[in-house]
Amino acid sequence: MNNFRRYSLLLIGVLLAAYLGSVQAVEFNRVQANKSTLTFGFKQMGVPMDGKFRQFAASISFDPARLDAAHAQLDINLASIDTGNQESDVEVMGKQWFNAGAFPAAQFVSTGVKALGGNRYEVRGKLTLKGRAQDVAAPFTFRQDGASGIFDGTFMLKRLDYAIGEGAWADVSAVANEVQIKFHVVADAVIKK
Amino acid sequence: MTPTARYTSTAITLHWLVALLILCAFPLGLYVHEMALSPLKLKLISYHKWLGVTIFLLTVARIAWRASHMPPPLAASIPQWQQSIAHVLHLLLYILLLLIPLSGWLMSSAKGFPVVYLGLVQLPDLVGKDKLLGDLLLEVYELLNFGLLALVGMHVGAALKHHFIERDDTLLRMLPSWKRSKS
Repeated sequence: MNNFRRYSLLLIGVLLAAYLGSVQAVEFNRVQANKSTLTFGFKQMGVPMDGKFRQFAASISFDPARLDAAHAQLDINLASIDTGNQESDVEVMGKQWFNAGAFPAAQFVSTGVKALGGNRYEVRGKLTLKGRAQDVAAPFTFRQDGASGIFDGTFMLKRLDYAIGEGAWADVSAVANEVQIKFHVVADAVIKK
Repeated sequence: MTPTARYTSTAITLHWLVALLILCAFPLGLYVHEMALSPLKLKLISYHKWLGVTIFLLTVARIAWRASHMPPPLAASIPQWQQSIAHVLHLLLYILLLLIPLSGWLMSSAKGFPVVYLGLVQLPDLVGKDKLLGDLLLEVYELLNFGLLALVGMHVGAALKHHFIERDDTLLRMLPSWKRSKS
């Protein structure tokens, strides 16, 4: 009888764990590259300008119920930049800007995600650009659309923190120091069994 | 000799102010067009655009002023056909002083650079970003500017001819009257 009782409890425990697991472990981790965008905005002589990166690899694992396990990594191909102007696209590859010959990619690796209430979260991590790593924090919203998770966030970085725009280009009265980075990432869910 | 009937001091001030601004904006435009991308180029292009917007605004003010203040008559010794040509020339100058900044503004929008006057007031983009339209507007812009160069050349040439060859008071009408207090 004792054994039966013990096995019953164990069985219930296992079933319960499996049940909870199936409900909670909805992890959004299949990034849909063609639906995701990485754009930026800045001011040039007070004129608002914007652009985007056409190529970046994002890997995300995000389960709103298990934020401590959340992780994100972004690898951005700097040569895929589109500033909206051909001359600028060429210019920013140069040594004074990205120095893309030596540093072809930018990388963001998350160190943690916390909830800010409602559908708002904040991801913290290290952004490495031109060989310089800085801590960044980006608030973002998360919403679920069917099997897709949609992440929308924005944060501001100062280009001179990464020596983006050296020499004459360090003049922030021509090109502002502040650059607004906007990301829109769509990742599909994989339900763990 | 009867004293020269001059333009009003407002008209004279506006005329020479616009002349001075054109004298800055025109060579500046030619210069930045040839420059490689640099922070200085971004600044100079902005200054050029600000000058252009200012010239446009001052031209509107001049037209409004002129509509309510008759210019002093030209010397009676000037044949009627020459006076007619002078009027047409002035009309064309006004038209270009409006059209050139307007086409520059449209070109800037089409090339994907909104105009922010003095770095403070953003003008709306009347056309969206469109490379072909931007290139076309650049052609139009250059054409209008060389038209302006030709007209200004005629304008200055005529003024000097009247002043130094015919020795009439055509140019004096547009010069400040230093002796006004003596009259």
